[in-house]
Amino acid sequence: MTSFWFVFRRLVQAVTVIFFVTVVVFLLLDALPGGPARGILGPDATEQQIAAFNASQGLDQPAVVRYVLYLGRTLSGDLGVSYGLNAPVTELLAERLPKTLVLTTLAALVALVIAVPLGLLQAVRQNRLVDYIATVVTFVLYATPVFFFGLILIIAFSQAARWFPSQAPQGQTVGDVLAEPQALVLPVLAGAAGLIAVFSRYTRSATLENLSEDYVRTALATGTPYPRIIRQHVLRNSLTPLIAMLGYQIPVLFGGTLVVEQLFNYPGMGLLFWNAAQSSDYPVLLGCVLIIAIATVLGSLLADLAQSVIDPRVRSTR
Amino acid sequence: MSSLSTPSPVTPPLSADSAGATAGRVMLRRFLRNRVAVAGVVVLALFVLFCLLGPVLYPTDQTRTDLTSANLPPSAEHWLGTDAVGFDQLGRLMEGGRLSLLIGFAAGALATVIGTLWGAIAGYAGGWVDAVMMRIVDAGIAIPALFILLVIAAISRPDALGLIIILGLVSWLVPARLLRAETLTLKNRDYILTLRAIGGSHSRSIVHHILPNSISTIIVSVTFQIADAILLVAYVSYLGLGVQSPATDWGGMLSQGLTATYSGRWWLILPPGLSIILVVCAFNAIGDGLRDASEIRGRR
Repeated sequence: MTSFWFVFRRLVQAVTVIFFVTVVVFLLLDALPGGPARGILGPDATEQQIAAFNASQGLDQPAVVRYVLYLGRTLSGDLGVSYGLNAPVTELLAERLPKTLVLTTLAALVALVIAVPLGLLQAVRQNRLVDYIATVVTFVLYATPVFFFGLILIIAFSQAARWFPSQAPQGQTVGDVLAEPQALVLPVLAGAAGLIAVFSRYTRSATLENLSEDYVRTALATGTPYPRIIRQHVLRNSLTPLIAMLGYQIPVLFGGTLVVEQLFNYPGMGLLFWNAAQSSDYPVLLGCVLIIAIATVLGSLLADLAQSVIDPRVRSTR
Repeated sequence: MSSLSTPSPVTPPLSADSAGATAGRVMLRRFLRNRVAVAGVVVLALFVLFCLLGPVLYPTDQTRTDLTSANLPPSAEHWLGTDAVGFDQLGRLMEGGRLSLLIGFAAGALATVIGTLWGAIAGYAGGWVDAVMMRIVDAGIAIPALFILLVIAAISRPDALGLIIILGLVSWLVPARLLRAETLTLKNRDYILTLRAIGGSHSRSIVHHILPNSISTIIVSVTFQIADAILLVAYVSYLGLGVQSPATDWGGMLSQGLTATYSGRWWLILPPGLSIILVVCAFNAIGDGLRDASEIRGRR
C-alpha cells in the first residue's frame, strides 16, 4: 500500500507542476507585444482586423476563459502554427525532438561512462594527487561555457588536426544522423563536458558518504577485501542517488543542447528554438518550452520511481 | 580536521546580532585558512581591479569603431590586438568584464533576495501555502533557465538593467528551495516558539530571527548564484540576445569572435573565454570555501 500511495502522490505532484507550467507559458504568450493577434496577422493589420481576430479566437474574453481555451487547444495537441516556417509547431517538434534526444542521450551516456569511474577513483583516493587533479579539471569544466568548450574542440580537432568535421550531421531522420558517427563526436563531447563535472562531483561525494558508513567498517572488520566492499556494497549504494540526479539534470541537458546545436548547426529542437528566438517566432518558442518542461517533469518522476524500486528507503522518507 | 574547539550551540542564542558576530568571525577564520578559497578571492579582486582601474592605465576608445585598424594582431600599441571593427581587444576585455561582473553580481543578489523571501515564507507558513509555493518552484525548475531567458529576451530585447531583472526573475528557484529547508529546521526552535508565545508577529520572527540565522546559507547561495548568473548572461549574449553594441560583455565578445575561429585570430576568442572560466571558478571556489567554513555550526 505504501508504494501505491508513494506513486500516487508523485503523480499528483507531477500533474500539478505541469499545470503550473502551462500557466507560465500562457502568461508569456499573453504578454507578447500586441498580443497573439499582432503576431499572427503581422504589423500591417488594422485595428478592426485585430478586433475581429480577437473575437473569433475568443481573445476578447477574460483571462481565465482564454486560459481554459488555451489549455483545451494544448490538450488536443494544437500548439499553434510557426510564423516563420509556416508549419504546425507539433509537426516541427515531431521532426526535431527525436534528433535532440539522440544528441542528449549520447552526451549523457558519454558523461556517465567517464564521470562515474572518475568520481569513484577520486573518493577511494581522497585528498591524493589524482583527486586534486580531477577536482581542478572538473572545476574548470563546470565553469567553461559550452560554446567556448565547443569552439576549442573545433579549433583543436577540426582545424589543427583534421580528425572530425566541425559541422554536425545534417540528416533529416534519426537514422541519417546516426549514419555519420564521426560528425557526432565533437557535438557529443561538447554536450558531455559540463555533465562530466556535475556527475563526477556527485559520484565522489555520494561514495565518500557511503565509505564512512558503519557497514563498510563492519565489512572490513569481518575481513572482506576492500575492493570487494567497493564493488559489492558501496558502488550500488552510491549509484542509486545518481539515478534521481539524472532526472533532475534534464533541464541542464536541454539547456546545453541549445548551445551545442547552434554551434555545430545540428538540426534539432535547440536550433529550431534558437532560430525562433532570432525571428520572434513565439508559437515555436513556447511549444518548445512546454515540451521540455513536460519532459523534465516526466523524467524526474521516472527517476524517482526507478530509485524507489531500487532503494526502498526512498519510499518511506517522502 | 580543524583544531578549532568551537562550542556547539546547545542553547541557540536569543540575540541574532551577537550570534551573527561570533559565528561570522569563526566562519571568516576558517575561510581564510582555505587556500583555494582565498585564491578565488585574489583572482576575483584582480579582475575587479582590471575592469575598474584598467581603463585608467590603459585608456582605449570603446565607443567609436575604427575600421582602418581592424583585425590587427597583438602589438605594442594594441596589447591584445583589435577586433573586426577596430576596438582594442584589451580595452574591450575591461569594458566587457565590467558589464559581465555587474550583471552577474546584481542578478545573483536579486535572485537570492527573491528566493530567500519566497523560501522563508513558504517554509514558515507550511500547509497548503507551502505546497502551492513549492509546486510553483518545481514548475519553474522544470523549464530550463536558458530557454525561458531567451523567450523573455526575444520579447523584450533588454538592456543591461533589463537583463539583471530577467536573470533574477528566472534564477531564484534554487535559493528558494535552500531557504525553505533551512526555515523548516529553524521555525520550531524554542526561541521562535518563545517569541510567538509572548506575542511576536510572524513577520518579526521571519525578518529578525529566521533570516539572520540563515545568513550563512544565504551568503553561500549568493556566491553560487553570481557564478551561474555570469555564465547565463554569457550564454544569452553569445546567442545574440544580450546587450547591444557598442556595449558588450564577455559572452558578446565571444559571439563576435566566433567568425574569427577559422582565421586563427585567437586573441578574439581566448581572452574573453578564459576570463569567464577564471571568474566563475573563483566564485565557485569562494562558495565552496564559505560552505565548508559555515558547517562549523554542526550538521543539520
